[in-house]
Amino acid sequence: MHEMSIAVAVVGQVEEAAERAGGVTAVRSVRLQVGELAGVVPDALSFCFELACAGTLLEGAELVTEAVPGRARCAPCADEWAVGMPPRLCCPRCGTATDALVSGRELQIAGVHWEDGPPHEHTREPILEER
Amino acid sequence: MCRAVDLHQAVLAKNDATAHTLRAGLTARGTTVINLLSSPGSGKTALLERELLLARERALPVAALTADLATENDAVRLARSGVPVKQVLTDGLCHLEAAMLHRHLEGWLPDDTRLLFVENVGNLVCPASYDLGESLRVVLASVTEGEDKPLKYPTAFGLAHLVVVTKTDIADAVEFDEAAFRANVEQVNPGVEVLLTSARRGQGAGALLDRALAAADGAPVHAPVMSRQDAAREHTHPHVHAGPDHHDHADHHAGPGAMTQTCS
Ligand SMILES: Nc1nc2c(ncn2[C@@H]2O[C@H](COP(=O)(O)OP(=O)(O)O)[C@@H](O)[C@H]2O)c(=O)[nH]1
Ligand SMILES: [Mg+2]
Ligand SMILES: [Zn+2]
Ligand SMILES: [Zn+2]
Repeated sequence: MHEMSIAVAVVGQVEEAAERAGGVTAVRSVRLQVGELAGVVPDALSFCFELACAGTLLEGAELVTEAVPGRARCAPCADEWAVGMPPRLCCPRCGTATDALVSGRELQIAGVHWEDGPPHEHTREPILEER
Repeated sequence: MCRAVDLHQAVLAKNDATAHTLRAGLTARGTTVINLLSSPGSGKTALLERELLLARERALPVAALTADLATENDAVRLARSGVPVKQVLTDGLCHLEAAMLHRHLEGWLPDDTRLLFVENVGNLVCPASYDLGESLRVVLASVTEGEDKPLKYPTAFGLAHLVVVTKTDIADAVEFDEAAFRANVEQVNPGVEVLLTSARRGQGAGALLDRALAAADGAPVHAPVMSRQDAAREHTHPHVHAGPDHHDHADHHAGPGAMTQTCS
């Protein structure tokens, strides 16, 4: 199950973001968008997430998954439809293949809720990334 | 103080970035990667054995890397072809990731390699999410697995550049319905080519090698619908950088400038 690898990647990215922001003492929740066509099982992910958080800044954090339905469109018909599962990627009106999905492949961290200490506890400025 | 912070980061951004870098690096030195995905037992190793042998006969510089949870049997089978072969034991991990592949190539992959075939871990779920820096992703299913396999694993079949049916020598015995299988592939991946092969009887011998060579020569590869999504998703992906010193643009959303608001 790659849900564990995915959970570990989520924890790692939130830890890095917290490090950059500076002063984060705990992470309360992580909001994750999971597309219907992302190939990830949200229940399995929640289970793995709890394990992956243990002993990190995210210990005890809640994983809030937002399911994103798969949608496709047909430009000539100006039509948009829910692709469903298994996905139907051809236009229900004219039968041609959609040229792009509108949504459904998301696997992304939308945002987090974290605690940062009172200002005087900041011992250093947030690290600015060079670019 | 509790703060809500918008991050908007693709979870697999790191793997995607590593894969982009790997693909650029390998392409620059003339190597094209072919990633083979299927359930265990579909016949990936058997098909590769034939194609590697053919490549050897045609004096094409090819190599193969095979990933398995625990055994080295596949590498032993593939090595009989005489081309460079490497076994990767994933130690229980159900898929390969770009960084793992990169590590295993270092110091092993011969400089002049034109095609590198990667036999992924037998599994149609997890490997589908991980770009390995391949230019051709091939998803296989044997005639014994049922015509609805593409509908049961839409992410795997939906992202394939090429679909290969294996074991056609026993198609009649199991009453394989080719038309139904093709229709199901078409539903999740409109326009993708489906090749029929039998490693045992030789049907379709050399076809995979030909498709791989065409991709290596820059012929356009099928672009699956599922790999195309609107611009919103593109922005969450790290940009492609060929150099080793690239950094992950996806991360900058999380910098001090990230949108934050205090929650109650
Ligand atoms: N009848 C028949 N059997 C095959 C063919 N290709 C592979 N097999 C058998 O299917 C089984 C699994 O094959 P293998 O190549 O190890 O599958 P992998 O797990 O995908 O690498 C073995 O017993 C093979 O002998 C084929 O073309 N025809
Ligand atoms: Mg094998
Ligand atoms: Zn898995
Ligand atoms: Zn239409």
